[in-house]
Formats: sequence, C-alpha cells, structure tokens
Amino acid sequence: MNLNTVTKIRRPGSLDEIGSWRPSYAWLAGGTWLFSEPQIATDTLIDLDSLGWTPLTATPDGLEIAATCRVADLHAFKGPPEWKAVPLFRDCIDAFLMSFKIWNAATIGGNIVMSLPAGAMISLTAALEGVCTLWPRDGAPRTVPIVDFVTGNHRNVLQPGELLRSIHLPATALAKRYAMRQMSLTRLGQSAALIVATVDDDGRDFLLTITASTPRPIHLRFERIPTAAELRHAIDERLPADGYFQDVHGSAAYKQHVTAYFAEQIRAELA
Amino acid sequence: MSRYEINGHLFAAEPKPGQCLRTFLRDLEVFGVKKGCDAGDCGACTVWIDGKPFHSCLVPAFRAEGRKVTTIEGLASSGEMHPVQKAFHDAQAFQCGYCAAGMVMTVASMGANQKADLPHALKGNLCRCTGYRSITDALNGKCNIESDVAGKACGASLPNPFTDDILTGKARYTMDVAMPGMLHLKVLRSPHAHARIVGIDRTAALAVPGVVAVYTWEDVPRRLYSTALHEDHLVDPDDTYMLDNVARFAGQRVAAVVAESEGAAEAGCRAIHVEYEVLPAVFDPVEAMEPGAPLLHDKDVLTKEGNVYCDLKGEIGNIARGFEEAHAIHELTYSTSRVQHVHLETHGSIAWRGEDNRWHVRTSSQGPFAAQKKLCYLMGLKARDLHVFTERVGGGFGGKQEMISEDLVLFAAMKLGRPVKWEWTREDEFLGGTTRHQMTTHVKLGARKDGTLTAMDVRVVSNTGAYGNHGSETLAAAMGSPIAAYRCDNKRGAGYAVYTNMVPGGGFRGYGASQTTFAIECAIDELARLLAIDPMEMRRRNVVRPGDNIESIWQEPSDASFGSYGILECLEIVERELAKGNGVAKPGGDHWAEGTGVALAMLECGPPTEHRSGAEMRLLADGTYHLAVGSSEMGNGITTAHKQMAAAVLGVRATDIAIINADTDRTPYDTGTFASTGTVVAGKAVHIAAEAMRDDILAFASRHTGMDPVQCRLENDAVVCGDKRIPLDALHAAGAKTDHHFAVSRKAYLSPRTIAFNVQGVRLAVHRVTGEIRILHSVHAADIGRPINPMQCRGQLDGAVAMGYGWALTENMVHEAGHMVNPQLRNYRIPAYADTPHTDIFFADTVDSIGPLGAKSQGECGINPVAPAVANALADATGIRFAHLPFTPDRIFAELAEKP
Repeated sequence: MNLNTVTKIRRPGSLDEIGSWRPSYAWLAGGTWLFSEPQIATDTLIDLDSLGWTPLTATPDGLEIAATCRVADLHAFKGPPEWKAVPLFRDCIDAFLMSFKIWNAATIGGNIVMSLPAGAMISLTAALEGVCTLWPRDGAPRTVPIVDFVTGNHRNVLQPGELLRSIHLPATALAKRYAMRQMSLTRLGQSAALIVATVDDDGRDFLLTITASTPRPIHLRFERIPTAAELRHAIDERLPADGYFQDVHGSAAYKQHVTAYFAEQIRAELA
Repeated sequence: MSRYEINGHLFAAEPKPGQCLRTFLRDLEVFGVKKGCDAGDCGACTVWIDGKPFHSCLVPAFRAEGRKVTTIEGLASSGEMHPVQKAFHDAQAFQCGYCAAGMVMTVASMGANQKADLPHALKGNLCRCTGYRSITDALNGKCNIESDVAGKACGASLPNPFTDDILTGKARYTMDVAMPGMLHLKVLRSPHAHARIVGIDRTAALAVPGVVAVYTWEDVPRRLYSTALHEDHLVDPDDTYMLDNVARFAGQRVAAVVAESEGAAEAGCRAIHVEYEVLPAVFDPVEAMEPGAPLLHDKDVLTKEGNVYCDLKGEIGNIARGFEEAHAIHELTYSTSRVQHVHLETHGSIAWRGEDNRWHVRTSSQGPFAAQKKLCYLMGLKARDLHVFTERVGGGFGGKQEMISEDLVLFAAMKLGRPVKWEWTREDEFLGGTTRHQMTTHVKLGARKDGTLTAMDVRVVSNTGAYGNHGSETLAAAMGSPIAAYRCDNKRGAGYAVYTNMVPGGGFRGYGASQTTFAIECAIDELARLLAIDPMEMRRRNVVRPGDNIESIWQEPSDASFGSYGILECLEIVERELAKGNGVAKPGGDHWAEGTGVALAMLECGPPTEHRSGAEMRLLADGTYHLAVGSSEMGNGITTAHKQMAAAVLGVRATDIAIINADTDRTPYDTGTFASTGTVVAGKAVHIAAEAMRDDILAFASRHTGMDPVQCRLENDAVVCGDKRIPLDALHAAGAKTDHHFAVSRKAYLSPRTIAFNVQGVRLAVHRVTGEIRILHSVHAADIGRPINPMQCRGQLDGAVAMGYGWALTENMVHEAGHMVNPQLRNYRIPAYADTPHTDIFFADTVDSIGPLGAKSQGECGINPVAPAVANALADATGIRFAHLPFTPDRIFAELAEKP
C-alpha cells in the first residue's frame, strides 16, 4: 500500500551519508512488510539496495548471508555436499505463509528484524546457529547469536538506527543432520510451531530449536541425543505453560501440545 | 522525471516517495492492476518486473524505474491472447473476474515445478468465487465451454460475455475510472465500542494541506435509516445516522475527511481531535438481554424491549406432547462464528455532478435501485435527479446488499460540487463492513424408535451487533427453512436478534438459514445415532415431501411450493458417491481417524418479503436484440444466464442479445440481486419480456404480411410467415415506416416461491494429536431445477461449497472487547488453493414448474450443508460432537486428546 506519510527516499551509496538517525527513519530492504501496513511514524525510507551488498558468500567457515539477500536467492543456493543442512533452507522457506512471488522481494534480514514468532528465517538461522553482525550508528560492529537477537514478539536487540548487516551460518552447523516439523492451523498457513533439531553425524551436539510456538526462538542443547523423557523434561523446564505464544494462528495450549509432540518425533527421527 | 517502461510503452513520471507500484500504475490508468488487500496477501495486483512476478502493492514504485513492467494489459502479444489467458478463457477460470488478472500473471510466470505443486505456487493468490476448481481446470487445459447455437442457448455452458475484457484487463470495475478534479474521502473510525461524542475539533484537520472538508454528525442530514437494502425498507429498522454522536461499535465511522489525495484525507483523519465519553459496552447477546445491560438505542417510548431488536416465536402442534411421544431426545447448544464476505473488490463509490446537472453514483452494489431510493430519502433528492449504477462488480455474497459507501460520497459531492471517491481498504471491510450474524442455537429434537420426528424445539439468539439492519430478516430465515425442511407435527421456536456493541451483522450467502442448518443438521445426526439409524435414512424418513404443509413454527399458509422435488435424488446421489468412494485414502500413520458425514439444506427460492424486477427488450435495426434488466452482476453469472434465457425464447444465439444491467437510468427497476432472486425473479422478468418480444414481432409480421399469426414463427435471425422469410433487420425497417418500435417491457414479482435442496457429503480424516483435518472426499448434490448454464451453476456451487469449508475450518473474526484482532487477510484466512478440496458436484434431474424455464435458485444455498456435514463427519470419526464453529485444530485438539 502507499505509505502516504513518507516524504523522502534516500538511496545512499554509503552509510556515512545518512548522518544522525531520527525516529522517523526506516531502513528499506525488500519492503514486503513495510508496505503491507500503514507506517504513520515514518517519513523517510533509506534504501539498503543501493549499498549493493553481495547476497551470499560461501567460505570454508560457513555461509555469509547479507541482510539484503532475497529469499529467492537463498532458495536457489546450492552448497557443497558436506553441508547436509542446506535443504533446510528450502524447508523453512516453504514454511512461509507468503508466496514465491514475495520471495523475489523479501529479504532474509527483513524477516529477522521483524522478529515475529513465525519468522521462518529466524527458525532457519537460529537452528543453524547463525550469528548476526550488527552495525550500530556509532561505534564498532557487534555480533549477536540469532537466538539472542530476537527477544520477544516483534522485539529484538537492535538499537535505534542500528542495522543488521549479515548473518553468518557456521560450517559446523551446516554440516549437521537435521529434522524439521511444522504445524499450521490451515494448509500451508502461518506456523503455529516450527521445530528443528540438528545433530552431528556421531550423534553428538543435539540442538533443538523451538520457534513459532514461542514468542522468541528457544535452543535446547544436549551433548548426545536425549531420551524421550529427557527431552520432555527439558522442554517443560524451559517452557512453562505461559511460555508459549497465543495468537490467532494457534492458542498457547495448542502450541505447547504440538511442540512436545513434534520435538519427540524429531528426536526419534534423528536417533 | 524518471522513466518507466510499462507494457512496452515508455512513461516519464515521478512516483510519490512512499508510493507503491500498484497505485503508481493505476495513476497511469493501467487499471488491470487490482487491489484486493493492498498488503501482499491476495495477489490481485501481481505484475512482472523484468519478467519476474511481484505483488505490486508491496513494491516501492521507485524500484521499477528503468525496468520493464508487464501487467495483464501487456500479456497478450500482437492481439493474440497469451496461452494462459486462453486457458482461463476456455476453462472460464473466474467468476467475478477480479482476481483473474493477478491469477493469470502468476500462472503465466510459473515453471513446470510450480505448476506441479499448485498448493504452494498459488499461496499468494486468493479467489473468493470459484473454489479454485475452474482454475485447476485452466491449468489442466480443460475446456468447459460449449458453442453458442441459435435456439440451443438454454442449458448450454456458454462463456461469460465479458470474458475477453476480464482476462485482458479491460473490464472496468468500480474504481477503474479516472476523473478530473477527483476528491478522496476517508473516514475516522471510533476507537471505542461504545462512546458518546462530547466534542470534535476539526481545526487541525482542516489545516492539513490538501484537506478540503471535514464532516461530522453535526453536518449531515439527521435522518434515521437502515443501511440494509430491501424492497420494503420497513422490514429493517431505522436506527442509523450517516454520522452519529454516539459510537456503538469500534470501527463505526465518526467523521469523514475529503481531500485532494488519499494521503491528505488520511492525515486529516489523524488530525481530528474527538473527545469521547466512554460508555459501558456489552458484547454478548445473552448478557445484553439481561436487565441492567447497557442500552444501545433509545427506542421509542411505547416499547420496552431493551436490547432485543426483534423476537420471533411460534408453535405448531403441541411441543410438550411431541417430546412425550419421543423415544429418544437430543438436546444441545450449537454456535456459529462471525465471518466476513471478503469479496475481493472492496466497497467503493464515486459521486459527481454530470453535465446533465444530475447526480451520478458509480458504485459496487448488489442493489443500485434500492440504494438510489435510500440516497434520495437521505439527501432529499428527487429520484429523477439521481443516477446510481454499477459497471463490473468484484463479488458481493451479501456484503453489498448494504448502502454503506454511497451516502458519504454523494453528500460530499453535493456539498463541494466536485467528484468524490471513497475506496475502502481491506481493513475498512473488516472494521466497518458487515458480517454473518453470530448465532447461538439451542436445539432439542425428539423421535420415535423408527426415527420419525415427534418434536423440534429451537431457540436462536442472534448477535446483530450495533445496528439492526438485516437482523430481523436473517432471524426469520434462521427460524424458517431449516425447520420447515423436516415434517414433524410439533415444532416450536423462539428467536431473538439482540443489539450489542459489536460490528453489525448483515446479509451473507445463506442468510441466517446457514446458522440454524448447522445446528439442526448436527442434531438430526445425533438423534439418528441415539436410535442407531443411518443418518441418511433418518433424513429420508423425515424430510418434507410434496403434499406436506411447508411450515416451520407458524401455521399460516405459505407461498412456498414444490415446483419440483429433488431432495430424495440428491440424498441418493451423495449416498452412492460416498459408498463408491474416490480412491483417496486417509494419510498414513497411527493417529488419523476417518469419518463420513452428510447434511441437507432447503431453500425457499427468494425472500418471503417483497421482491420485484423488470426487463425491457428491443429489436434493433440490425436484427439483433437489446435486453435491459436491473439485476446486478457481481460474478454470479446472471448476465450470461439472462442472455441465454432470452435467446432460448427468441431462438437465437446468446451473443445476438446485447445486455445492460443494474443502472437506474438505463434499465427497469430491480429490487436487487440478493436472496436468490437473479434467476427466479429477474430471470422471470427476462423470460416474460422475451416472450412478449416474440409475440410483438410475430404480431407485426402477421399484420405486415397479411398472414394468419399461427403461420408466423421466429427462425433465428428471421421471421417466417408461411413460405415467406423476412430477415429481422428488414422487418425492423418495415416497422420503422409505421412507427412500430419493437420494444416491450415486463415486470416480475415473486410468488409463489419454489423450493430447492442441497446435500453435502464429506469423508475426512482428523489427526487425533494435532487436530489437523483433511477432507478426503467432498460430494455435493443440488436440486436446482434445469440449469440454464450448467458450467456456471457448477461454478456457483464450487464457490459456495468452498466458502462453506472456510466457515467450517479456517475463518474466524476474532474480537477482544469489540476490537477485531485479525483484520488482515493473512490473519483472517479465507480458503486458499491449498485449503480447498475438490468437490464432485451433481444435479438432481428436476425441471421446475414454477421457476422460469424450469430453473431454480442455485448460487446461495450450496454453502448451508457444508459445515454440518464436516461436523457430522468429525463426530463419525471421533465419537465427539463438536458444536461450535470453526473447527480449527487448536479449538478441537484438547477433546481429541482426552479420548484417544
């Protein structure tokens, strides 16, 4: 929709051109959320496309995903064969409520900074132990694990004007085996729960990532694949009944119920 | 100026900084780009940028600079339709056509992998009309149309006459016009569910650059009316002001701002300062009936009804005796949810003063004539000075049986002398449109051992929301056909439509009958279970038959009558098909339970209140015909059907009949296209007008040739008198010499009303842990008389059944203290492609003796048996009766888990 309060588009060649940050500024990445709701507090959009960041950079250390990388680019990515977790990219992208047409515009960074419980790129990058690089308006860049970046429904650690520059997925995580389950109240709809676990080939470092059913991503890490009882105990300890996210895409009680169910399915699949 | 290449043409233009590509294209009069949601959810605005598909409502316009933009208008090359356009043409893969541009642009961009996985690939495209079946047909290269042969138009699957315009983006929907000097109107909506307006300060709003006027309750005519459209305006309560000093629901319009741009109008709305005195609010109709509940309306001094707007009571036989005779009794409270029509074209109207010095209102309405009458009343205008019309309407479903967008634009245009447009947003629809009435239905049924019903007792509480509009008529429907569908000596009913501080209910496909059908059809199943009688047999034994009194809870004689009777055949078809199966097995794994359910619904074809239509026909100088009929076309296919009916009588091709509809200047009066009247009332007018046309031609030909009238007959484009054949153009020329006009007019009124039936069968699987429901087999049989256009009739049923699945499984308007939590299509889920099962549709072989050319109503009632059939299948699968819609997994899982 038209953002009728926006009076200026800035298309900087470098971030130095921006000057001091104002609350009425907003970074424009894909625009797929910004343009989907009125943004009456915003009068200036700062176009990140003009910065020309390389979408994807694969190195032996892992994969660097620019915040402005389009979902379609990540969907098309083919990693080296030892990165066994790359198919999870597509599994998570398919979990989006939004269509393939949106993938052409929406960015990975945009989905993460929206910080919604059902943000499928949060699920993906959290499960693969991603680390964000953040560029504050002043001072040196800092890094924050994705699982800590999102702090609640539509909340994260970004300071005013601070920019998510990229997400690094470490090669160690990309090399793990994984299993995933997703549930939605409607067919291919918005996630009520999106649960992923990864594990090393030798059954070590089992990492369960709970998303969508909780306000923020939750990690539960085990040295080895846990037993069903251990897993259930760990989940209940970490997530009491009021730790789940209630919205029109699923009641909290339901989300708790399916989280436990899918977590056990995943555990059994990887065991 | 920046350069944009759109459909191969270069434009130098500068978008506004925050403008999206969708409106930028429309500002350049590329009107094929539609708005269904403006938020990336519906896909109606899909265009290509450098060959890739995008939702143009989400694309910042500046990003298209220097790139190639292709819209539906640019898809055809050198006059030749794109193969996808051709496929949509042949399959007739649209009804209202509003989604078609985006649907075609999306499908035309798909690769083979995507076409092989349509549930994923069509995630971003919503269609409210078709149930996606005809869209699947298009993708499978299926041709659903037949040729138009003179004399064989009736009963042929002819294509929509506007197909090419719809599929190439040329068809003009309500907002698809540009007008110099156009002003834009936006409304400020109440943030409170119940509040008195103490003061409004408009100073800051008027200071916003571009704002031309601000109107509040102090400015508009203080005349009470109802927004509901009916022939008899007295059936709906006069309880509404255009703008009021009391807000009775969150979302009620408080002030209107008119400005040079939509942005300025929005800024003006934000700048208005309103001082509210917040009043106690009540949201639950049962609480609203309690003494001491906050009162919504100061009623006149003669009645003390509190918040009960309408109550209906009746009893036939003796209900107490009926239950005494019963061997089994089922009693339970059922409830249905509040849902929205979600016609993809939102409401919108444009008003202006014409060169003829009259007022013109272009609008998206199911009843332009009724709207004209109400507008005249409100503004103090004479009917001759006001022209109300539709061009192409993008869906209605009852939501446009309401005058809610026309009044403010006409008022502002009359005040300001300039054209004024109000285009609703999707959020406007959810907050300020109408909804299906939420109803709570207590049912008690009794039957003897052999299944014979002995007593039916039904109590309905309908939440009509803040205004009465369709509250009493939907209540009457709720107390009518679902109860009359069964023969039973003892029936009793009590119904209450109650004011609350909720968004008002309105007309919605099924119109009150849907809600009671849900409750009664569930209850019939439960009673059958108690008696260990097959549910199908239970219905066969008790369903009303020719010769029975057609009565619900009142003993007065009814004008409903069996012009044909196909319910037994429908039951047999569904039973047969479910038994035969479709080969779809339940998913693998331990936790899936499988069950089958059926339900029936009865429809009295047309409303019990007044309804009338007129039709005019002319023979034109070129020997073809012109038909004018007031009925609205909103995707129901009624213009196609009317052409076919006239062509059948006159023995020509449907294409030989030009048609104009829904225009108070150019067509005769029509109450409106709602209440299942398009075929049985407007169609009847067309039928008798065509017969009059034929008789007029034959009478003239007889006089002209001196032949006896019995020797004259029409033969396609000529009249044959004895051995003489006179082409119709020649006959017209002969008539012109003697001032014979070849013009006729006829009127139709609805009585008696015939009766139609629908039966839905469902086989489903439900996951006992996750609560997920998968429809495995969906069968629908309709007793709709002779289908005028079988393809269209099937399409109407596809759409009605899909809407029924939405009501049963996915849709729910969630409110907290009267505020809607999910007023976006991504949070209020109408069935997407993935949600919509294929339905096998069958017609009973009936030809009606009351409906025109043997036809009955077909677009409305198909929705009614769907939700109860799902509920009954769910009960069959799990042994648990789920009595409250919708059946989303999170609302049913807990009970499933208790009884694994």
